[in-house]
Amino acid sequence: MENNKQLVIIGGGPAGLAAAIGAKQAGIDDLLILERDHCLGGILNQCIHNGFGLHTFGEELTGPEYAWRYIQQVKDLEIPYQLDSMVLDISEDKTIRYVNATQGVCQVHAQAIILAMGCRERPFGSLSIPGYRPAGIYSAGTAQKLVNIDGYMPGKEVVILGSGDIGLIMARRMTFEGAHVHTVAERLPYSGGLKRNIVQCLDDFNIPLQLSHTVVDVHGKDRIESVTIAQVNANNLPIAGTEQEYPCDTLLLSCGLIPENELSAKAGIQLSKITNGPIVNELLETNKEGVFACGNVLHVHDLVDFVSQEATKAGQNAAQYILNHLPETQHEIPIETSGLIRYTVPFSIDPSRMDDKQVIRFRLGNVLKNGYVNVYIDDKRIIHQKKMIRTPGEMESIVLKREWLSDATQSIRIETEVA
Amino acid sequence: MDVDVLIIGAGVVGSAIAYYLAKTDLKVAVIEKEEDVCTGTSKANSGIVHAGFDAIPNTLKAKFNVEGANLIPKLAKLLNFEYKQNGALVLCFDEKLRDHVEDLYQRGIANGVKDLKIIEKDEILKREPNVSEDVVCALYAPTSGIVCPFGMTIALAENAADNGVQFIFNEAVETIQRVQDGWKVNDRYHAKVLVNAAGLYADEIHNQFVDQKMNITPRRGEYLLFDRSVGNLCSHTLFQLPTEKGKGVLITPTVHGNILVGPNAQAVETKENVNTTALGQEEIRSKAQITIKHLPFNQVIRTFSGLRATPNGFDFVVGQTADHFYDAAGIESPGLSSAPAIGKWIAQQISEQLDAKDNPHYIATRKGFIDVKQLSDEEWNDLIQQDPAYGIIVCRCETITAGSIQDALTRSLPARSLDGIKRRVRAGMGRCQAGFCLPRSMEIMQEQLGISLEDIQLTNSHSKLITSKVKEGIHDGKQ
Repeated sequence: MENNKQLVIIGGGPAGLAAAIGAKQAGIDDLLILERDHCLGGILNQCIHNGFGLHTFGEELTGPEYAWRYIQQVKDLEIPYQLDSMVLDISEDKTIRYVNATQGVCQVHAQAIILAMGCRERPFGSLSIPGYRPAGIYSAGTAQKLVNIDGYMPGKEVVILGSGDIGLIMARRMTFEGAHVHTVAERLPYSGGLKRNIVQCLDDFNIPLQLSHTVVDVHGKDRIESVTIAQVNANNLPIAGTEQEYPCDTLLLSCGLIPENELSAKAGIQLSKITNGPIVNELLETNKEGVFACGNVLHVHDLVDFVSQEATKAGQNAAQYILNHLPETQHEIPIETSGLIRYTVPFSIDPSRMDDKQVIRFRLGNVLKNGYVNVYIDDKRIIHQKKMIRTPGEMESIVLKREWLSDATQSIRIETEVA
Repeated sequence: MDVDVLIIGAGVVGSAIAYYLAKTDLKVAVIEKEEDVCTGTSKANSGIVHAGFDAIPNTLKAKFNVEGANLIPKLAKLLNFEYKQNGALVLCFDEKLRDHVEDLYQRGIANGVKDLKIIEKDEILKREPNVSEDVVCALYAPTSGIVCPFGMTIALAENAADNGVQFIFNEAVETIQRVQDGWKVNDRYHAKVLVNAAGLYADEIHNQFVDQKMNITPRRGEYLLFDRSVGNLCSHTLFQLPTEKGKGVLITPTVHGNILVGPNAQAVETKENVNTTALGQEEIRSKAQITIKHLPFNQVIRTFSGLRATPNGFDFVVGQTADHFYDAAGIESPGLSSAPAIGKWIAQQISEQLDAKDNPHYIATRKGFIDVKQLSDEEWNDLIQQDPAYGIIVCRCETITAGSIQDALTRSLPARSLDGIKRRVRAGMGRCQAGFCLPRSMEIMQEQLGISLEDIQLTNSHSKLITSKVKEGIHDGKQ
């Protein structure tokens, strides 16, 4: 089975849904969302806590509610989607091969593609933690699915390694379900999660967060029986004498998210070593013409609202590309970063194609207290922004105005300045 | 239960013996303390089919290694498991040790290993561009291969089961009595011949009946497994020439396209010490970097360890060591390579002793598990038409379908644990390490086996994955 589409969106989570709506509203009718799961909405379906949508809808929604608002729009706009469909590869000429149980292996050729595959959790195996490999070790998201979707408890005596948002959320969730969460250990000297989650999910339930601590041994051959936690030094090495054993039947891991770009890599799309996502320009277009990326496949977000904003843009831009409304690129200026700035999305800007107000999102590599974010255009400082605290767990952004840039602009640089 | 032969242990050696005995009309059973075949030493090793240059000439190790290495490619075709002849290099990084390469070459010749050759730096780097520039020369053994150790063990055992061998799982051997016409095990299994293939525990059984006592020391080897994304780091199995500092570690591709690095060797206290250690991991990392300087450690997807069953007497103990009692004990490296030859030889001895005839209903081949990645789109579509479950991808990383998982659960020797599924069809073996597919695989087990989610095991019955339902009662609609 082979056919043609103007636009194919890979992934029907928050990014894919917003991208599809953005494209449809910008005039693309011949489009298709390919979703590998049984239903649209992606990981939001298992995020039954509230706190979603404050920026977008001005109210606090649960994950499924937030997803539903977009799914409803997709249905109202009659945007076609195909569930239980796994994309296998993307060819040089933008032919997408996918498989499902009813149609078999299919090929669809697309004028434009939006990558919206999301991310996965860093697994236990890749952490090289010494000890046994028993049952009872789960990534936090897997445990979240078991508890929230399937209705089963992976355990009752819990230790959490890593303080990513899903781990924090699961600390509270497991507590609600009668489990005892002994501690959350975080290898880094700061949490990878949002401040509000630390307060609402740990502090409110008296769950200790131990920074600069990690699991150094896992005990129990068949089912986990305990873990040893130790403090680590500045080089991330355990400090002898600080070991403490925590009896538990469950170890949950929330040690980072990895954009899921195996498909992109196979399709020859250039990836950033820092974000593990595609390198995109101001249109969120990858190095491959007509292939766009948005959401957690591009870079890991903290708030779904930002995913939706970014994905809507990607959808609109893909529509402009398909409708031939995009001017040729004139002058792509890479955004240079220094100080604590790890990366920016987009990675570069063409002043002739950018929005009047272009949002630049970025993350920091460490905590910055009372520091500044500065933006220089051709060595002239145009932004000097102070904030009481910036952390690696929270995505930051600045807005670049087109009026500041011209065809003659040579460089854009963004840096942090310690107070 | 009354049988002619009872084999203790369903590792690769026990399975190989069962496989060859299944060709006869003897009634055979295998008793195993864990829930599946291939759960001990057989599951955690390097997966190398050694060419045979390493073993000391005229030992059982040398004899069975060379014979086994010849049998494995044929068995792989017949029983459909994965094997690849990728060749091995024993790398020498010190000009002064060149003589040792020559010694190894001569030993290989004495053992009857074919096509051995000593090659120089230029040719090594041409074959393996990532190898360190410090390399001097190498012994090249083109007949060396790699095999999936689970694939081979499961294939041997499953074919044995297809041909009538009975497997008893989840039952440790507690008591063995010598009775008038044979043996009585656990007071309920009666056998004419007893075979000891108990791996790490073979000494405990051996010492009950054989005058010449033996002692097996568990020697742990730790490993790092790299993602398939860096599977092109090397194509040959890269050994390091042993030096006064030790044996070195190997870097090898696996039959599934990953890279495996390890093992070190450390005597441990108990036969259950399959934990990894910070020191061990560090040792492997630093030693491996002698072979390839810039190893992408951020692509490690799993670290694990296995235990070698190292006998005090250096060589394998194979043969009839007491009346109607056969040992296949102390099977350390090159045990995986030797297993089929050991199985064949022991089966022959037993067949002669019990005057066995051919199995009249013998099935010589076994269907492998379907890997949809290997199919053309037409073939895959035909398969989905027959069984739509083959169109449902459960494990994204390895492209494993619900159809394959159902197949693993319904064979003559079915998977009964998540690890059993993983070892048969690789669901959960990839870079996300079952993060996504675990709940899906559990659902399929629940449906296929008609069991509750709470009864699903990672490995044995002590490794349940779920402790209870959330808020008891919601599932059956009660308040």
